[in-house]
Amino acid sequence: MRITQGAFSFLPDLTDAQIAAQIEYCLRNDWAVAIEFTDDPHPRNTYWSMWGHPMFDLADAAGAMQALRECREARPGHYIRINAFDPSAGWESVRLSFIVGRPAVEPGFRLVRREGPGRTLHYTLESYAVGRQPEGERYAT
Amino acid sequence: MGANEHVAIDAKKRYQAGVLKYAQMGYWDPDYEVKDTDVLAVFRITPQEGVDPIEAAAAVAGESSTATWTVVWTDRLTACDKYRAKAYRIDPVPGQAGQYFCQVAYDLDLFEEGSIANLTASIIGNVFSFKPLLACRLEDMRLPVAYVKTFRGPPTGIVVERERLDKFGRPLLGATMKPKLGLSGKNYGRVVYEALTGGLDFTKDDENINSQNFMHWRDRFLYCMEGVNQAAAQTGEIKGHYLNITAGTMEEMVKRAEFARDLGSCIVMVDLIVGWTAIQSISHWCRENDMILHMHRAGHGTYTRQKNHGVSFRVIAKWLRLAGVDHLHAGTAVGKLEGDPMTVQGFYNVCRDTVTRQDLPRGLFFDQDWAGIKRVMPVASGGIHAGQMHQLLDLFGDEVVLQFGGGTIGHPMGIQAGAQANRVALEAMVLARNEGRDILNEGPDILKAAAEHCRPLRAALDTWGEVTFDYTSTDTSDFVATPTAA
Amino acid sequence: MTQPLAAPTDTIDLAAEYREAGVADVLDRLDAELVGLAPVKRRVREIAALLLVDRVRERLGLASTPPSLHMCFTGNPGTGKTTLALRMAEILQRLGYVRKGHVVAVTRDDLVGQFIGHTAPKTKDVLKRAMGGVLFIDEAYYLFRPENEKDYGQEAIEILLQVMENQRDDLVVILAGYADRMDRFFESNPGMKSRIAHHVEFPDYNNAELAQIAERMLADWNYRFDAAGRAAFDDYLHHRRAKPHFANARSVRNALDRMRLRQALRLFDGATPVAADDLQILTAADVRASRHFHPTPPTLVGQAPPDAEIDAYDPDRIPERSDY
Repeated sequence: MRITQGAFSFLPDLTDAQIAAQIEYCLRNDWAVAIEFTDDPHPRNTYWSMWGHPMFDLADAAGAMQALRECREARPGHYIRINAFDPSAGWESVRLSFIVGRPAVEPGFRLVRREGPGRTLHYTLESYAVGRQPEGERYAT
Repeated sequence: MGANEHVAIDAKKRYQAGVLKYAQMGYWDPDYEVKDTDVLAVFRITPQEGVDPIEAAAAVAGESSTATWTVVWTDRLTACDKYRAKAYRIDPVPGQAGQYFCQVAYDLDLFEEGSIANLTASIIGNVFSFKPLLACRLEDMRLPVAYVKTFRGPPTGIVVERERLDKFGRPLLGATMKPKLGLSGKNYGRVVYEALTGGLDFTKDDENINSQNFMHWRDRFLYCMEGVNQAAAQTGEIKGHYLNITAGTMEEMVKRAEFARDLGSCIVMVDLIVGWTAIQSISHWCRENDMILHMHRAGHGTYTRQKNHGVSFRVIAKWLRLAGVDHLHAGTAVGKLEGDPMTVQGFYNVCRDTVTRQDLPRGLFFDQDWAGIKRVMPVASGGIHAGQMHQLLDLFGDEVVLQFGGGTIGHPMGIQAGAQANRVALEAMVLARNEGRDILNEGPDILKAAAEHCRPLRAALDTWGEVTFDYTSTDTSDFVATPTAA
Repeated sequence: MTQPLAAPTDTIDLAAEYREAGVADVLDRLDAELVGLAPVKRRVREIAALLLVDRVRERLGLASTPPSLHMCFTGNPGTGKTTLALRMAEILQRLGYVRKGHVVAVTRDDLVGQFIGHTAPKTKDVLKRAMGGVLFIDEAYYLFRPENEKDYGQEAIEILLQVMENQRDDLVVILAGYADRMDRFFESNPGMKSRIAHHVEFPDYNNAELAQIAERMLADWNYRFDAAGRAAFDDYLHHRRAKPHFANARSVRNALDRMRLRQALRLFDGATPVAADDLQILTAADVRASRHFHPTPPTLVGQAPPDAEIDAYDPDRIPERSDY
């Protein structure tokens, strides 16, 4: 399967030039760009690990691309995403988020059902990769 | 104007007396200085033949506040100057002979805090049936910050909704399940599952799906949630289905809402026709239960569509933002339903601004400070398809749910393919816009290029690429020539 | 790959290239902005011409190595190095050698951390912010402290070197500082020296130039000297130059600030109505009250007249004060 979180997961994986263009868009909007990575891509896993702090006061995408290269090198076989934060009043949240790195093979999730009274079901998602291996060793690189 | 000395026979004379009195009673005050705390309303009035527009405006002010048809001495037991609404300005409507925009100011003390029912009972209580007026339409309102602060507003809002869904930087995608009526719960859930797995973020019950013989509401909820969770497992994304909890009584509505919550749904929906009080109650329930509230504006066309009579949808949108809904159908401009692009953009601004600025071409008469109240996510739904993606993104930006019902379920390669086509078209267009491309002009090329790696998109463009709904809208801007959506 | 794209006889209108790039604007502005500095301006024209020609050559497929653009500006304080860095960034941007053309100005403290593991993130953060533009490192030699072998400055230098070598497209580094200290820095850091392609030396201003600078500054603020004031200022420059902490245009600015204060106090204490003209004029009295005209300034605050209190402040603690 292919995890389709993020804004551009239905497109072919973005090239570095495409990623840089999106970062430029974020900088034009005065959004701070941040890099995050994980090997537990559960849809409710809100807190991926931060690759450094959000990068404030960048003028150009090159700095963020440099950080992305470092992150990819240090964390092969991880999901990596770029988030852009808008600090303006009334937003103060992520305004763009897209995946820029993913493992070669994505085993995906198992839907676990627990039956309750009145034909109700309680649902849980379990990641096959997370269940199999400890953190850092979950995806073949 | 003379006094009512004669028995009136024709309309002109018949109404002179009554109208005259309103102006005399102090409901017209051209020198009135609007206070920051006043509730302001602008009405489009069409006075009966022979009725002076100023007198008509005074009558509107009178009938929507303290007045009755004659002078009562009991007025003098009150601070009646304060409670009287004041019509303070009147302008002829550009290009519409016999129509006037009249602006009326209401003192804040006239209204109970946190009650749209009370506000609407005053403002649209009985003036719309008033005989001296041939027609009357409430065009816009300015709600003072002091009043806005008495409402809790949307339970979730755009920012928190996106944080819960973990989806940022692109419009959300949805689809209404079709056929609207007749599917069994099991078959209905199949459509939900296919559409969500294919790439949509949300699917939706239609306004009249409640608990009919062919599908009891519990069955619908159970099968839909099976579809939602299956799709989440297969995509790794958070998915949702707007479960329609509209019911005959408030108690039943809450019961359905609680069942939706217990099944793990992130969103429920109600129809506008449940009424203001029910909307505010269910909004509070949603706030208590971390539930997104989707509002389907069922029935609004009966009073929003005609330009000369009724209530503009921008006013309905303002009331709904105060009452507290998270999603609101606000038109498509390019789809099958009523809506001229400028007017529809005005509705979107009302939903999404922190401060809405006066913008006459978009029908916005006043500055409106929303006092930090959350934003409503507008929903564009009805006769739109992937081939219009560039127009939709250009008109509405990112903070919108684009709903392609027929455009998903009617796809020649199936529902999943339909959903995928829409998602690929959307992502390609957002990517291109962010790269600085001129999507309005290059849109068709961008879609064609995206279709190179997505067969379902190619099929969608081949099937619907040329479909447009090029009819004249009735609810158009009064201040500029109406642009037509291509 | 090195087959030229143009025939040897094709002609290129360099002047047109130069106009279109908009570099002439920047050079004109530099000329107008900076008094004197003829050798610096000549050097900038040379660099601009080289880059322009390189750009044309590249377009014609005439192979050459991509130009190295890192620079070193040496000269005493107040000689226009920062101003030139801003203009240079603009020139580089217009010629397409940097994308954004902004300048991030830093000193050692912005790059070097206080504890182990602190320096790399600090330096990298600064580099990221500078990318697309110019990183201007003032008094760059402080990065290197040979007397302390555990100094974290070396770590910053190494990271800088790496980026200067590998990401030439992403940023240009300009090192600035005193010529002699910079020479010693390069002696100990040959790697740094070899990566600097352009050296620009900033001479001190002579007194006539400094007086001209002073008059421009005053005109910008709607002030002027009267004749006696102007003459007094020439004397001031003569005295000031001989004293420690002389910083060319910066000293002029500090002195003028102080003279404006004295003028204000003089008008205030004068107890007579003032005309608009009085408000603009600096007199000899405003100038000559400077401590530089008084060989033995009072040293005990308690004995000093109120006016001299600040003038007597230990100039070594706050260098600007030495201009008063």
